Amino acid sequence: MMFARRAWIVLWKDLLTERRSKESLNALFFFAVLLLFLFEFALGPDRERLTAALPGLLWLGFILAGLLGLGRTFLVERENDCWEGLLLTPGDKGAIYLGKLAVNFLLMAAVAIVLLGLFGIFYNVDLWASLAPLSIVIFLGTVGLASVGTLFGAMTSQVRARELLFPLLLLPVQVPVLLGTVKATEAVLQGLALAEVGHWLKLLAAADLVYLVVGILTFEFVLEA
Amino acid sequence: MTRAIDIQGIRKAFGANAVLEQVDLSLEAGEVLAFLGPNGAGKTTLVKILATLLRPSSGGGRVAGFDLLKEPERIRRQVGILGHGSYVYEDLTAQENLRFWATMAGLPADAGALRKALAAVDLEMVAGERARTFSSGMKRRLALARILLGAPRLLLLDEPYAGLDQQGKKWLEELLLDFRGKGGAVLMATHSFGRGLSIADRVAILAGGRIVLNRPRASLDLEELHRLYALATDDDA
Amino acid sequence: MTRWLGWLAALGLLAGLAMGFGVAPKDAVQGNVQRIMYVHVPSILTAYLAFALVLIASLGYLFTRRTGWDRLAHSAGEIGVVFTGLTLVSGSIWGKPTWGTWWTWDARLTSTAILFLIYVGYLLLRGMVDDPERGARYAAVVGILGAVNIPIVHFSVLWWRTLHQPPTILSPERAPVSASIGLALLVNGVAFALLFLYLLSKRLALRRLEEEIRA
Repeated sequence: MMFARRAWIVLWKDLLTERRSKESLNALFFFAVLLLFLFEFALGPDRERLTAALPGLLWLGFILAGLLGLGRTFLVERENDCWEGLLLTPGDKGAIYLGKLAVNFLLMAAVAIVLLGLFGIFYNVDLWASLAPLSIVIFLGTVGLASVGTLFGAMTSQVRARELLFPLLLLPVQVPVLLGTVKATEAVLQGLALAEVGHWLKLLAAADLVYLVVGILTFEFVLEA
Repeated sequence: MTRAIDIQGIRKAFGANAVLEQVDLSLEAGEVLAFLGPNGAGKTTLVKILATLLRPSSGGGRVAGFDLLKEPERIRRQVGILGHGSYVYEDLTAQENLRFWATMAGLPADAGALRKALAAVDLEMVAGERARTFSSGMKRRLALARILLGAPRLLLLDEPYAGLDQQGKKWLEELLLDFRGKGGAVLMATHSFGRGLSIADRVAILAGGRIVLNRPRASLDLEELHRLYALATDDDA
Repeated sequence: MTRWLGWLAALGLLAGLAMGFGVAPKDAVQGNVQRIMYVHVPSILTAYLAFALVLIASLGYLFTRRTGWDRLAHSAGEIGVVFTGLTLVSGSIWGKPTWGTWWTWDARLTSTAILFLIYVGYLLLRGMVDDPERGARYAAVVGILGAVNIPIVHFSVLWWRTLHQPPTILSPERAPVSASIGLALLVNGVAFALLFLYLLSKRLALRRLEEEIRA
C-alpha cells in the first residue's frame, strides 16, 4: 500500500511541476511539428513514397522525441538539488521508478497521439478506421520506450556527458520495440486485423514485461548513494 | 540511552585521494557537537557518511543506535540531514513540498499535520506560496520542517547558519536548543567560529582527515580554541 | 595458469587453422571463401559466452559488491565486444564475394550488429562515470538489461527479416554439415573459447595491476 502511495505521489509531483512550468510538453509538441516538416522535406513531394514510409516515420519521430523527453526524467531533481533526498527515502525504490515511469508514459503517449494527429492531417492519412488497433500498438510501444528510458534516464542524470550517453544506451536496446511497432503499424494501416501481427504484439508485450521487471528490480541499485 | 553517534576508524577515499583517514567519534543524546575544520577538510564527507549518503571505504560503527554499514535504512528514519541542498522543489508550494516528502517517508501527510509542521517553523503564512519565491532562509526553514516531520533523534547540519540573517540565526539557535532539550542530538559542521559555538556542548576539530580535538565546550575559552584551531590547520597545510 | 591457457589456445588455434583450411572440404558453391565460417561462427559463439559471463558477473557484483566481480564483468565485456567485432568483420568478408555486398541486413548479421552496439554502449558508460563504484553499479544494470534483451533482439530481427518475405536463399550457416566440417567447427570453437579464457585472464591480471598502481 505504501508502495502505491509513494509511486502515486511521485507522479503527482511531476504532473504538478509540469503543469506549472509547462516546459516539456510544449517543447515536445513543437518538436513533433518540426519533425513533420523534416520528413516532408527529406522525402520530397513523392506522395506514395511518403505514405509507404509512414509507419517507420511515425515511430522514428516517436523515438526521437523520446530521446529528448526521457533524458530529462530526473532533471527536476537535479535542478532543485533533490536527488539526495530521493536517495534517503525509506522503502522500495521501485516505487519511485513506477511513479517516474507513469509520468514518462503519459508524456510519450501524448506525443504519440499528437504525432498521429499531425500525420493524419498533414499527410492526409485516414487513421479513424484503425484507431482502436493503433491504440494497442501505441500502448505497447510507449511502455517499451518509457520503461527503459526511465531507467537509463535515472542513470545518466548523474553522469557527465548525459546528453550523449542517453541515446547511445537507449537506441540499441529499443530496436526490438521499434521493429515490432513499425511492423504492427504497417499491418494495421493496410487494414489487416491485429491477429495477423499477433506474434509481434506478443513479442512487444513480452519485451515490455521484461523491461519493467528489470527496471523495478534494479532501480534501487541506480538510486543509491 | 544509546549514543547518537558511535563510529570508529572511518576512512573515505575517492580513488587515490583519502579525504578522511581515521575518524573516531561519539556523541550522546541531548548533546550538541560543533565540528570545526577548514574547507576541504572532509566535514561534508563525514556528515554524508553519517547520513548514509556515502559509504565509508573502511571503518564502521553505529548511528542513532543502528549499524552504519548493515542498517542504513533504519538510520535514515532516525536522522535528519540539512546540507547544502535543501531538497526543495521550486515549482511546488511549501505545503506541497512537505506533502511530497512526508508521503515518501511514510509519514502522515494530511493537511492538518502539514500545517502544524509549517507553523513550527513560522512558515504557515506562506504555505500556499511557491518555493521559488522563498529566500534562502525560508528554504532552510522549510527543509527543517521536512526533517522535523519525521521526529528524528539526530540532526546532521552542514553549515546551517550560512546565508541566514541575524533573525534567522537566532531562530535556528532556539530551534536547536529546543530540539536538544527534548533529548535530540545535533552534529553541526561549520568553518566559522560564530553562532554555532554558542550552543555547543562539545567542540571538535577535523583536520588532515582526522579528529585532532574533541573537548567539552566549557573546558575551552575562545582564545584557546582559536589557537588550537590555527595549530591544527597549519599542520594540515 | 595463464601461460598454460596461452599455449593451449595457441595449439588449439593452429589445429583449428589446419582443420579449417586444410582438412575440411571446399564448399561446392562458394569455394574457399566459405572457410571463413571457421572464424565467423566460433567468434560469435565466444561472444555469447563472454556476454553470458557479463550477466553472471553483473549479478554477482550487485549482490556481493566485491570488485572482483566488476573486474570480471568489465574484462569479459571488452573481450566480448572484440569478438563481436570479429564476427561482423568476418561476416562482411564472407559476404562480399558471396553476395556481392560488404553488408547485408540479414537476421544474423543485424542481430550481431545490435549486440555490438549494446555492449559498446556498456563500455562507454563505464568510461563516462567518474565515481568507480557508481560506474560499476550502473554497468552491472546495463549488463543485465543487455543480456536479457538478447533473445528479444534475436526474435524481433529474425521475424523482421524472414516473415512475409522470401527467406535468404543461401544463408551462410546452412552449409551441409559433413563430419569433417562439423569437426573443424568444433575444434575451432574450442580453440576460440580457450583464446577467450586466455585473454580474459590476462586482462584481469592487467586490471588488477592498474588498480594497485592507482591506489
